[in-house]
Amino acid sequence: MPIHACWGGTRVVKEFNLVIIGGGPAGMAAALEAYALGIKDIAILERDDSLGGILKQCIHNGFGLHVFKEELTGPEYALRFSEKIKDTDITVLLNTMVINAEKNKTLYAVNPDFGFMTIKAKAVILAMGCRERSRGALRIPGANVAGIFTAGTAQRFVNMEGILPGTKAVILGSGDIGLIMARRMTLEGIKVLGVYEIMDYPGGLTRNIVQCLDDFNIPLHLSTTIVKIHGIGRVTGVTTAKVDKNMIPIKGTEEYVECDTLLLSVGLIPENELTEQMGVGMYQVTGGAYVDQDLETDTEGIFACGNVLHVHDLVDYVTMEGQKAARSAKAYIDESMEQKKTKPEIKVVPGNGLRYVLPQHIYLKDNDEKIRVFFRSKARYKDVLVRALINNEVIAKKKVIRLIPSEMESVEIKASDLYIKTDNGINLKDLVIEVEQ
Amino acid sequence: MKKDIICIVCPKGCMIHVDYDENGINSMEGYSCKRGIDYATAEILSPTRMITSSVKIDNAKYTVCPVKTSCPVNKDKIQDVMKNICCVQVQAPVKQGDVIIKDVCGTGADIIATQTLEEEKQL
Repeated sequence: MPIHACWGGTRVVKEFNLVIIGGGPAGMAAALEAYALGIKDIAILERDDSLGGILKQCIHNGFGLHVFKEELTGPEYALRFSEKIKDTDITVLLNTMVINAEKNKTLYAVNPDFGFMTIKAKAVILAMGCRERSRGALRIPGANVAGIFTAGTAQRFVNMEGILPGTKAVILGSGDIGLIMARRMTLEGIKVLGVYEIMDYPGGLTRNIVQCLDDFNIPLHLSTTIVKIHGIGRVTGVTTAKVDKNMIPIKGTEEYVECDTLLLSVGLIPENELTEQMGVGMYQVTGGAYVDQDLETDTEGIFACGNVLHVHDLVDYVTMEGQKAARSAKAYIDESMEQKKTKPEIKVVPGNGLRYVLPQHIYLKDNDEKIRVFFRSKARYKDVLVRALINNEVIAKKKVIRLIPSEMESVEIKASDLYIKTDNGINLKDLVIEVEQ
Repeated sequence: MKKDIICIVCPKGCMIHVDYDENGINSMEGYSCKRGIDYATAEILSPTRMITSSVKIDNAKYTVCPVKTSCPVNKDKIQDVMKNICCVQVQAPVKQGDVIIKDVCGTGADIIATQTLEEEKQL
């Protein structure tokens, strides 16, 4: 059913060359790059009341070392982009929620100024970011009580709204946001009793373990999880337990920890409801769209970048991916992008030791283009070689000192190598990226 | 005295074992580059940290404004600096880079705003 059929009154129809869904770091970088490349009529659709996305609540520093060669806080990093956008004629629609989207790049959105809008775009960049895994996703048994927050929700409360979530907190999961919040809450006078991690290694960056936990003597319990939440109305405590190597709680290791707040820092999920509504093909492992080397989805003219495509470790990489998506959108709008449908394509697959690769397919071209394939490992490795194989021939190798699941890595491949090794695009075999055994 | 320090300069994460006393560092092992030596030396002799926090703000969209120290401050000063920050109340508008507290706790560092918050009409 066309959604606008149930709306009365004037229907606002807007047309743009490029519509970017999401005004966080990916969307802002894409918009500015597209503008710099000369695309006219660009729009950013943002559901919050200002640009910046999650950066606005990440008030700690450590952002921008790659893009700006200096250490910035989240709000400062966001301002570098949002201030520039003010000086352009990019249309920024705030408080705007895209509620439906079609494969033909027609979007339906609402905001308080225009009510219901139909927005048509020549090209769309998906930059909706990700959301946090919640208690429901973990299925922790116990009481359904107040005082359980995802780390990011608590972060917004403390850093933007000036509200403290509790007085005695336990953190489940050692992702970066959880570690950052352990320090932040400690500084604000909340007692952080410990961080519990089910894996036998921490999920966050070493820098954060040192500066957020060790500095404040907050204990990190590895191979430990929470098996029950207690309380009536509000959390009064949690039961923790050690886990075995299959991550099953070990009987007899249970410990009761009294607390009034539980923070969850247990992973992020790309927010792809709109992508799926559009009928764009998805890649199971990343939870994002299935893309080629131009970050184009399997639907022509729809591109994806940032955490909606795959969860990144650093915002700098999100920015770079946003810029890349904009360059591809420019080529698409100008119709200078080669007609891909007629080109041979190969699949890129994760081999030994790797969890995922991105892009997941590559269109073969006989040119000097360099294609960067990103990947994450399944386990921890030290001093390994990661190689790219096609037809059992190694076409690229990279020495990695430390390969861990929480740090994304990449390897560069020459388009011309792929072309030659597939006998000029005739003998199509998968490109395998793997850890050398 | 002995202390184990995980180097955070690069992703390698070397575990550096330092032997030191009140006169300084006697020996160090486990590092793999000069940057590791420098990091461990600073961590033993005078560890410093950037502090980021927030101050209360009136007449703005949000009730707090994020701030940071203009340069890293001595680690022992973190609690003192936080006590100073929590007493401050500012008025919108605030621009990123505005000095909120000059030379906080005699550290030589200023507390500066890291966000721009416009004045909002209260309804």
